[in-house]
Amino acid sequence: MTSASETAPARFYEQTWDLSYRHALGATVGVFLDGLRDAKLLGRQCPKCSRVLVPPRSYCDRCFVETGDWQEVANEGVIEMMTIVYEPFKGLPAPPYAIAYVLLDGASTALLGYVHGIDLTDVKSATEQLAIGKRVNVHFSPQPKGDVTDYWFELSDNEPT
Amino acid sequence: MRNVGILGVGQTDFVTKRTDVTYPELVREGAQLAFDDAGLSMTDIEAVVVPLAPDALIGIGNGERWLIESIGATGKPVMRVNNGGATGASAVEAAWMHVASGLFDVVLVAGADRVSESLSAQSVLNKMWDVAYERPYPQNTITMLAMSAMRYNHMYGADERDMARVTVKNRRHASLNPHAHLRELVTEDDVLNSRILAWPLKLGDVCPSSTGGAALILVSEEYASRLKKPVAWIRGLGQNTETFWMGDRVGPQALGDHADADALAVAFDRAYAQAGITDPTSQIDVAEIYAPFSSVEFHVIEAAGLCGRGEAPALLAGGAFHLGAEGVVVNPSGGTQCTNPIAVTGTVRVIEAATQVLGRAGDRQVAGAKVAIASAIGGDHQFYSTFVIANHLDPIGHP
Repeated sequence: MTSASETAPARFYEQTWDLSYRHALGATVGVFLDGLRDAKLLGRQCPKCSRVLVPPRSYCDRCFVETGDWQEVANEGVIEMMTIVYEPFKGLPAPPYAIAYVLLDGASTALLGYVHGIDLTDVKSATEQLAIGKRVNVHFSPQPKGDVTDYWFELSDNEPT
Repeated sequence: MRNVGILGVGQTDFVTKRTDVTYPELVREGAQLAFDDAGLSMTDIEAVVVPLAPDALIGIGNGERWLIESIGATGKPVMRVNNGGATGASAVEAAWMHVASGLFDVVLVAGADRVSESLSAQSVLNKMWDVAYERPYPQNTITMLAMSAMRYNHMYGADERDMARVTVKNRRHASLNPHAHLRELVTEDDVLNSRILAWPLKLGDVCPSSTGGAALILVSEEYASRLKKPVAWIRGLGQNTETFWMGDRVGPQALGDHADADALAVAFDRAYAQAGITDPTSQIDVAEIYAPFSSVEFHVIEAAGLCGRGEAPALLAGGAFHLGAEGVVVNPSGGTQCTNPIAVTGTVRVIEAATQVLGRAGDRQVAGAKVAIASAIGGDHQFYSTFVIANHLDPIGHP
């Protein structure tokens, strides 16, 4: 004997969560975003451990003190982590795209960004070009939108030293 | 602190979808299995801890409210725990504190997940990154672990075939586990030829979105002594936290590396110190460690002290960590890579560890297992929970 629950057709209720938020970003982020308009990447230095935090944060998580001086870091650095995405995810940009964490010269921590200017058709070739340790330059949008995608990375012409 | 034992466990068979039950009904299924296993009913339970990950993953606002009646928790203390992927293990740690502190003698951990009901899981997970600096990028759990894998492979000379070997092992183990979600055997080439998600991760390297329920019942030593039932004892546990910022885990001034799981190693050390484990390679029989993707298993094995940094791929290729091999068997259940019901994945790790040391793991049993470890990871590799579980309360010796 089969129960009603075994023979009933599956029924569904479909719903989309349409959630809107307007996040205040805070003063420290504001200074960093303003810097992008002037083609500058700004970090903040911890007065105790001297680390230059990029992206800048208003406090040092190790020393638990407020960070102090703003420091401009170089518009070039080295790839520390990267991946190339080939799978589409709902609500996220269409693939393929490359993203990387880059340790900019003068910074103590690595900054996330897109890597442009690479043919991503062949994954092996693309990942070799973007290998950990490769140097990249920072490029800035001529029409800044006021968010962190106003900068991106491209491979540097200079070979790693 | 009092000794705390696992008196009963329950897990449903995990699948992609369950259209015959609601979320609370699924929680009830897991809880009922644990009651049956323990020989208890809800009237014996003094308090409940509910593991439940971010609401948006299952599209239910505060699902802990909805499930109360399904497990008869009305009139009892209930708390929800959310620690991302570590949720299911952190809930067991909270329940342990309930009992170890002396406040309660019998505590239930019961939960469920049905991630496949979301069509937007990675978009939901993207929301855990920093609002200003990182969320405008398509950061998610797949890209996060792809970057960790790239870095691990770069630092230790591992490659995609090493990763594929993890999948082959775990699928073989899962084929022996009736509760596991992905149970079909695969070859290394199957994994290597599967479609690329975020390099170097391919479909064959990643976990499924699983639906199912899991529960366990913790009791005090005093309560257990009145029963004639074997109990799996929680001999040690640990938690630790890594920085939120993945970019702070690289470069010469980093304290931990995103290639490794340094904060997890500390969490294991804390559990080992409590349990009296000084040599994990000889004192542990089974490891049920949270590794949703193939690549993660390597650095978790290393963080657990089962081998040195960067040594796990070569050991695996040589046959180590497999069921039947000498030494510690890793994820004989098939692990998180074959079954990932996010909210209760950590609970299942503890359940599997307890099942192994009680010798009740059926075809996936590690012969003679006495001591097991379990672990889970949440956030962007950020929250870590660890356990040592044994079938006795004697000093954990050397073989």
